[in-house]
Amino acid sequence: MALNKEQIAQRIAKELKDGYYVNLGIGIPTLVANYIPEGVEVVLQSENGLLGMGPFPFEGDEDPDLINAGKQTITTLPGSSIFDSAMSFGMIRGGKVDLTVLGAMEVADNGDIANWKIPGKMVKGMGGAMDLVAAAKNIIVAMQHTNPKGESKLLPKCTLPLTGVHCVKKIVTDLGVFEVTEEGFRCLEYAPGVTIEEIKAKTAGRLVIADDVKEMAV
Amino acid sequence: MGLNKVVTNADEAIKDIQSGATLMLGGFGLCGIPENCISALVRKGVNELTCISNNAGVDDFGIGLLLQKRQVKKMIASYVGENAEFERQLLSGELEVELIPQGTLATRCMAAGYGMPAVFVLAGVGTEVAEGKETRTFDGKEYLMEYAFNSDFAIVKAWKGDTQGNLIFRDTARNFNPMMAMAGKITIAEVEELVQPGELDPNFIHVPGIYVHRIFQGTDYEKRIEQRTTRKK
Repeated sequence: MALNKEQIAQRIAKELKDGYYVNLGIGIPTLVANYIPEGVEVVLQSENGLLGMGPFPFEGDEDPDLINAGKQTITTLPGSSIFDSAMSFGMIRGGKVDLTVLGAMEVADNGDIANWKIPGKMVKGMGGAMDLVAAAKNIIVAMQHTNPKGESKLLPKCTLPLTGVHCVKKIVTDLGVFEVTEEGFRCLEYAPGVTIEEIKAKTAGRLVIADDVKEMAV
Repeated sequence: MGLNKVVTNADEAIKDIQSGATLMLGGFGLCGIPENCISALVRKGVNELTCISNNAGVDDFGIGLLLQKRQVKKMIASYVGENAEFERQLLSGELEVELIPQGTLATRCMAAGYGMPAVFVLAGVGTEVAEGKETRTFDGKEYLMEYAFNSDFAIVKAWKGDTQGNLIFRDTARNFNPMMAMAGKITIAEVEELVQPGELDPNFIHVPGIYVHRIFQGTDYEKRIEQRTTRKK
């Protein structure tokens, strides 16, 4: 069985280390916050100017002045801090954010990522994605392994306009966990019930299977 | 008094903004946007505007109100996903759009406010954002040279301000407002609460009054929420 979105988020949460400052993108990455492991303390950064993002407010407590980068109403926590957009991207650019998790439309086997534009169709803009992928020390992509047409999103070369080059370190999809290496995508884990053959069939980019590849614990 | 920057209202504050002007507008989504001045610009009916703002509002609020009336010639933003009218005008060629990375947008405002002609950034290297831009290599890494913005007016929204233009923002409504306030040739600030000098603690001023040319107390803030998300008690 391929993983659902919650399970992808749950697997990525295991990458969080105690003391990390983490930026979570919109979509599956946001769900990672629900699975922070016991005993691990992390600070969530929201690029519109907040460190220490708390949970959604209780009904009736929503404050229009307090939102996250997805424009959702949120809360602060003891220890939170608020700053302007220049400082927010200053800390991202300065390499202070330990981990960035974001979604993607395509990832290439050299670590290139495309997630902001479909020419002629989607013109929403890149938001903070280009700044984040250019600067973050560690970038994990959370996405489905294939697009709705069933085509691989793990490619030899991105076909869509790029968001960043040589930047993705790890990818967690509904089928498994992959590391970006010189040899291409290196499969470290497969989802329970998913076969290596299925992963091979659905990965268009260069793929190597780790010698110690194992079933993902979810 | 020479330091009193108070004007009566939004219409007075924007009265010399002419068609064709370049404006910076603070806010992230609909959070911290200068609602009063946007309404005044709609009333004044100026057009051919170039607007520098992180987003373009929604169809019927924020900069979306200016788009509805076709008052915007060019939009410079990082993310415009919430506005169908925007997308229609873009695809039909009625509206010029320059999409730039959010951190680069913030830093180009900051550079203007700090008197720096350009900055070097990594964001966009190897992508279509880099096309036609000068680059420079530092420590083996290639950076894009991005120019400071040149804006006739900056229009920002603060929580509190005093008559000398000192500003304090509230929560994430701060966002782009401080660096835009610093970057305008003329900066207009609308505030929820206008107070006398001495009422704001100098230790907690986010934007010193030197950057602000006009200030007024806004009215009827709607503060619309784009994504109301809650949890159950």
